Amino acid sequence: MSARPAGEGGRADAVSADDSMKALPVGDRALLVEVSSGEAAQALHAELLRRRAEGSLSVREIVPAARTVLLDGLDDPARLAERLPGWEIPPLNARADAAVEIPVRYDGPDLADVAALWGVAVREVPEIHAAAEFRVAFCGFAPGFGYLTGLPARYDVPRRATPRTTVPAGSVALAGPYTGVYPRSSPGGWQLIGTTDAVLWDHARVPAALLAPGARVRFVPAGRP
Amino acid sequence: MSDRALAVVRAGALTTVQDQGRPGHAHLGVPRSGALDAPAAALANRLVANPPEAAVLETTLNGCALRPRSTVTVAVTGAPCPVTVDGRPAPWGAPVRVLAGTLLDVGSARAGLRSYVAVSGGVAVEPVLGSRSTDLLSCLGPAPLTDGAVLPLGRPGAVHARADVVPHSAPRAELVLRVTLGPRDDWFTEPAVRTLTTRAYRVSSASNRIGLRTEGPSLERAVSGELPSEGMVLGAVQVPPDGCPVVFLADHPTTGGYPVIAVVRGTDLPAAAQAVPGTPVRFVAVRRR
Repeated sequence: MSARPAGEGGRADAVSADDSMKALPVGDRALLVEVSSGEAAQALHAELLRRRAEGSLSVREIVPAARTVLLDGLDDPARLAERLPGWEIPPLNARADAAVEIPVRYDGPDLADVAALWGVAVREVPEIHAAAEFRVAFCGFAPGFGYLTGLPARYDVPRRATPRTTVPAGSVALAGPYTGVYPRSSPGGWQLIGTTDAVLWDHARVPAALLAPGARVRFVPAGRP
Repeated sequence: MSDRALAVVRAGALTTVQDQGRPGHAHLGVPRSGALDAPAAALANRLVANPPEAAVLETTLNGCALRPRSTVTVAVTGAPCPVTVDGRPAPWGAPVRVLAGTLLDVGSARAGLRSYVAVSGGVAVEPVLGSRSTDLLSCLGPAPLTDGAVLPLGRPGAVHARADVVPHSAPRAELVLRVTLGPRDDWFTEPAVRTLTTRAYRVSSASNRIGLRTEGPSLERAVSGELPSEGMVLGAVQVPPDGCPVVFLADHPTTGGYPVIAVVRGTDLPAAAQAVPGTPVRFVAVRRR
């Protein structure tokens, strides 16, 4: 399947198909495509968006998640399930688009706890966090809430043992491998490291969501006099 | 506000504005929302000559009372209930002329749960992402109705309402939901999959627009641990740690971390929307189409 002539379509760097890709039927009109890693899911998501944009894929919803992409509203899921494993999925880093910059004041109440979990000084947390390049792996939990990956695995942190009943809007937070920004005040169990004034969700704005799956994101330290 | 408006005299237990929802935004964490008993909502619109995308009211259990500021045509469908105008009985499931200033009362459901009230011109609240639906999970769209609220109405079309005869099948004593297994049936033991498709469940009173919760035999997992979050479809039968299946309805979260053992056929979901707490539920396994 990967015996595709180099240079075809200008994509000589295309990788071979993901051998571990599984397309699981979901009801009569959807497929859940499972891949081997979060990165593979993001690459598959980008390729699905590309195919939908060029008109070769007709689907109502493309919903990426941690290790999967859900395709909902398909006319013939079985046919697509047969073809998918043969697809060549270009690697994600081949797509260099502009990053969304989110100004952050690193003033969260869990900064010291995160520093302890990371084994670094408190002042190093903002440096490490702001140095990473993030990508929106998927959205969920609330409109405009993105699950951002990009921190090295050694910086994974657990959720708080006791979730807060109220996390303010604009809180920048960590849980597991993810960074997220609360689009509005809600209960939450993530570790709060900072605050942003960026508006994550505004349904009167186009687009309503500041962060959509696939977007590149950088956090920029702000608020220092 | 213009006189094309509807004053809410009695909001009822839970009355929301609903249309065909806002599909296409699941990747941003936005539920599809929309009328739970979509065929009933569509019929109500047809009876008052509204286009299918017009917004209607979805009541829960005990209806609502409304006073239009201009003369309108109204139709009530879904859960059968008494309908009165200024105290005089009016037909259910048929177009009713409601004069400006008179009181339309949509009474308690005699069977089923949710009645639909279409008003000529449609409820014309400001759309959010192309839909006027109230989404109770993520709080998009208009808030649920409150006593004293005033809802704007759109202009009625030129077409006159057709006095259709409404074929109505009363909600069944038992809710039968046809399911196709998967995508995560392999996360459950074989006896658990058999239990789901052979044993009796009951509709739980904790059900809402997000999900039809059930009570019954707990489904045992074959795989312990957490499933990484994955996309969820309408009708997904998700099994939380208590082991009792939850059928996802229109306001369901777009991603979730509990395994989906099966998916209910879309054509069986309107009946699920009308099943009152305590209704027996049977999940019947069918082959994928």
